[in-house]
Amino acid sequence: MKLLRDTSLIFNRQMQLLLRNPIWIFVGVFQPVMYLLLFAPLLKPALQVRTNAEAYEIFVPGLLVLLAIFGGLFQGFGLIAELRAGVIERSRVTPVSRVALLLGRSLRDVVSLIAQAIIITLLALVFDLRVFVPNLLLAYLMLALISLMTSAVSYGVALVVKSEDALAPLMNTVAQPVLLLSGILLPLTYAPGWLQGIADWNPFSWAVNGTRALFRGDLGAPDVWQGLLIMAVLAVVAVAWAAREFARSVR
Amino acid sequence: MIETRGLRKSFASRQGREKKKVEAVRGVDLDVAEGEIFGFLGPNGAGKTTTLRMLATLIEPDDGTATIAGADLRSDPGEVRRRIGYVAQGGSTWDDSTAREELVLQARLYGASKSDALARAARVLEGFQLSEYADRKCKTYSGGQRRRVDIALGIIHEPKVVFLDEPTTGLDPQSRAHMWDEIRRLRAEGMTVFITTHYLDEADALCDRISIMDNGEIVASGTPAGLKREISGDVVRVGLPVDAIPAAVQALSSYKIETYDDHVRLNVEDGAVAIPQILRALDAAGVPLGTVELHRPSLDDVFLTKTGRSLRES
Repeated sequence: MKLLRDTSLIFNRQMQLLLRNPIWIFVGVFQPVMYLLLFAPLLKPALQVRTNAEAYEIFVPGLLVLLAIFGGLFQGFGLIAELRAGVIERSRVTPVSRVALLLGRSLRDVVSLIAQAIIITLLALVFDLRVFVPNLLLAYLMLALISLMTSAVSYGVALVVKSEDALAPLMNTVAQPVLLLSGILLPLTYAPGWLQGIADWNPFSWAVNGTRALFRGDLGAPDVWQGLLIMAVLAVVAVAWAAREFARSVR
Repeated sequence: MIETRGLRKSFASRQGREKKKVEAVRGVDLDVAEGEIFGFLGPNGAGKTTTLRMLATLIEPDDGTATIAGADLRSDPGEVRRRIGYVAQGGSTWDDSTAREELVLQARLYGASKSDALARAARVLEGFQLSEYADRKCKTYSGGQRRRVDIALGIIHEPKVVFLDEPTTGLDPQSRAHMWDEIRRLRAEGMTVFITTHYLDEADALCDRISIMDNGEIVASGTPAGLKREISGDVVRVGLPVDAIPAAVQALSSYKIETYDDHVRLNVEDGAVAIPQILRALDAAGVPLGTVELHRPSLDDVFLTKTGRSLRES
């Protein structure tokens, strides 16, 4: 009960601040929109598919997962600013739940990600992408779990390193291989065997496959529940770890 | 209200390749009574903030015990949090928030309902004379206003004890005087106030009792007046014409006296009592008077005596 109450307090506060500057939602969506407009048209010939719709079915899910990963991983910067302003310390001397301090923030990130995902999806509709609404909602659940996890990780790391200078290269170093090994831009079906072997160990590759299956309309594919399950477990682990960092005494 | 025994904290610090253990706080015993303004005086790096952060549950002590407002720090930090307020040195407000928003959120984090939180926020805004700016963003406030918001945030839940870490550092003299009044008001409302400072005059003017901290240890504790009395009495300096000095020395033979070219110095217990007597004795002996000055020992003299160096130098 207390956790719910505290989480909603922090979440509402964070949403209020986000909506005061909603421009950031659009700034965040700018890069994926560029991919959608300037990169995706290359895909129909490259993937040797018959229609644009088919190319977008493959590309848009990957793009959304990319957005969820990167959007989440860079949320830590905001937290470092809050640390510097003393806001976090002020919260930590109150009896507020430490999990709520994290969860309220991460849920705001999830909401802002879903808003961005909707913008991308709507744009993709213009390019003949078609997807069933129930499948789309499940795909959004996948995205929500991814962004919950990556933003929690980012907050946890931010609490440990406490400086933007350390956070930026660290997050980039993590994100690059994760990105390349998840078949986000091009499906890994074209990859040589050894590369596929490595990619199987990348949880995000499972998430991408699951999301693609959903966009394909293949709700029954094992990729769907496997991806959702892996993301859910990782999200729980990440939230637990980051909440512990909020609780831990830091100098 | 606050009782600590043997509180310790050390940090690992890295110097080049070597790992070094820095003992920030080496066994602090404190006794703070209910309803007093207690000052923690010492140079930067003495361990004041570390001690304060331990008491505010932000860092865990390595060793020692503490009871704060009846709650045990080691076994029940959650209860300590409910009973104390803490105002950090570096500020605690978000640029894009307004004071009222921050106060309402803070009250709610302490468990207040929405309507109660709004009422509390309005009350403290009034009390700290912030109502006028309450709905402006914090980044538009002056340093003094922002500091008052910080303190208001620290006491919104009416704690029994409030910890203020260097509440006046960086404020101009007028804001500082204003802040002192606010802190006295908290005491008048029944709160126990624990402040840290490296300003001697602040400890002297504001605090009922002080502890002087240096290098992780408490080197002296008591009332400001008591501490000063302990180290030495007052000094009365009487300026005289050169040829009158022998006569003056004779007239004041009952005092501990040192002679200089153009003045004499007398060590007395209480200067305010001694001056009329000195003047009368000189007058009776027909010694022409130049000037009279009273020098009372400062807390800096106390610090110097206890640590061998001046607080201003360290």
